[in-house]
Amino acid sequence: MQKKLILDSNLLNITVNRLCQQLIENHEDFQQTAILGMQPRGIHLAGMIHNKLEEDTGKKIDLGYLDTTFFRDDFRRRGTPMVANATKMPFIIEDRKVILIDDVLYTGRSVRAALDAMIAFGRPSKVELLVLVNRKYTRHLPIEPDYVGIDVNTIDTQKVLVELEISGGSKNKIWLINKDNK
Amino acid sequence: MSQLSQKHLLGIKDINRKDIELIFETANNFKEVINRPIKKVPSLRDITIANIFFENSTRTKLSFELAEKRLSADVVNFSSSNSSVKKGETLLDTVNNILAMKVDMVVMRHSSPGAAHFLAKNIKANIVNAGDGTHEHPTQALLDTFSIFQKFGSLEGLKVAIIGDILHSRVALSNIFALQKLGAEVMVCGPNTLLPKFISSLGVKVELDVKKALEWCDVANVLRIQLERQHIKYFPSLREYSLYYGINKKLLDSLNKEITIMHPGPINRGVELNSDVADSDHSLILEQVENGVAIRMAVLYLLAENS
Repeated sequence: MQKKLILDSNLLNITVNRLCQQLIENHEDFQQTAILGMQPRGIHLAGMIHNKLEEDTGKKIDLGYLDTTFFRDDFRRRGTPMVANATKMPFIIEDRKVILIDDVLYTGRSVRAALDAMIAFGRPSKVELLVLVNRKYTRHLPIEPDYVGIDVNTIDTQKVLVELEISGGSKNKIWLINKDNK
Repeated sequence: MSQLSQKHLLGIKDINRKDIELIFETANNFKEVINRPIKKVPSLRDITIANIFFENSTRTKLSFELAEKRLSADVVNFSSSNSSVKKGETLLDTVNNILAMKVDMVVMRHSSPGAAHFLAKNIKANIVNAGDGTHEHPTQALLDTFSIFQKFGSLEGLKVAIIGDILHSRVALSNIFALQKLGAEVMVCGPNTLLPKFISSLGVKVELDVKKALEWCDVANVLRIQLERQHIKYFPSLREYSLYYGINKKLLDSLNKEITIMHPGPINRGVELNSDVADSDHSLILEQVENGVAIRMAVLYLLAENS
């Protein structure tokens, strides 16, 4: 198994800072905006960005978690069953802007499910997508991110591994892994 | 473990602790779903479920139907009172005819113990037992233990007394299995005539005095006197039963501790439970009904994945 480091701790900090600055440019004080991390892995990145934004703007910003398991289109079609996670949405999204956050954008199917899951809570005025790693040329659906940490060219046999301290990793590191041919 | 070990839910006896914990975890998420403004998820949109009820039911049938609809499944209902069963059709023929119409899952209640097991052996669909005679009622036991779990955080070492007509109760048997698998201690309490002969072989304590049972337990699950199944007299009169085994506020106040009261419904008010207890803050009864929908959603969702 070959591993290639695509973002180390230092670069990740710079990237997250840049993403936060881009968000501030478009959302100013975030009073009409809510941040939604996608379960299970997007919530840690959402937490990091949320903390940084609150620090930078000095304002309280709404943060929620969205689980998409029950809205997926591959139920009964995938080999390994998925376990549902908690959804936490302690605010109203009707007529507000929502920033969906996930760690890796691959086929786009999770994001489609997330859009469906989100609509059950109301009709946002605008939805944006932020991802840390955008895997290019792998989309199954016409979905593209508004904010990208890093673009990578990958093939199907490769995997992106995101290790974050906040989610129990030893260091902030993002790897590109070539899966073994079995 | 993210998958049930069984293809059917026939009884709590057939599933293991990990299965129960997975069902609880999933039900917890569905409980959040049914409190949303839009209470529906599209998970089972390509699945058809037949609810086949050979015996009367209000709560269970409604609860299953709501659970199915909130998962976006297509639902067909069948009750024996207005069907060809009256014309002499066998159970297997009835169900096979329904399956020929491409049904994926069957939820069945039947008055014969083992009816669900019989079906599971003979047909291909996933079977959910919604009560088979005096045998098992697994989803009721799951929602009872889930309600206790949500209130106490764990069932390990908790003392639960099941009080009332144990002999005719499928809820009692399923509850005993579920509670024991989750590490709780179980006691059954009722008049001698309403306790099955070898019940202590299941590893439960047996008590005839309701006050002693209440003093022992943390949770009391009170069962209904099932007059419709009692073909001979088991006690002199309902009034006398109520006098010796009915639970009222005065009795609870005489204990020096708080007890959580549960009841699977329907309640015969004034017989096994007085209104001053059923409607009190210690009662989990309406919580049980809400959890019933979430538990049944979880069971159907997890079984659908196992088909």
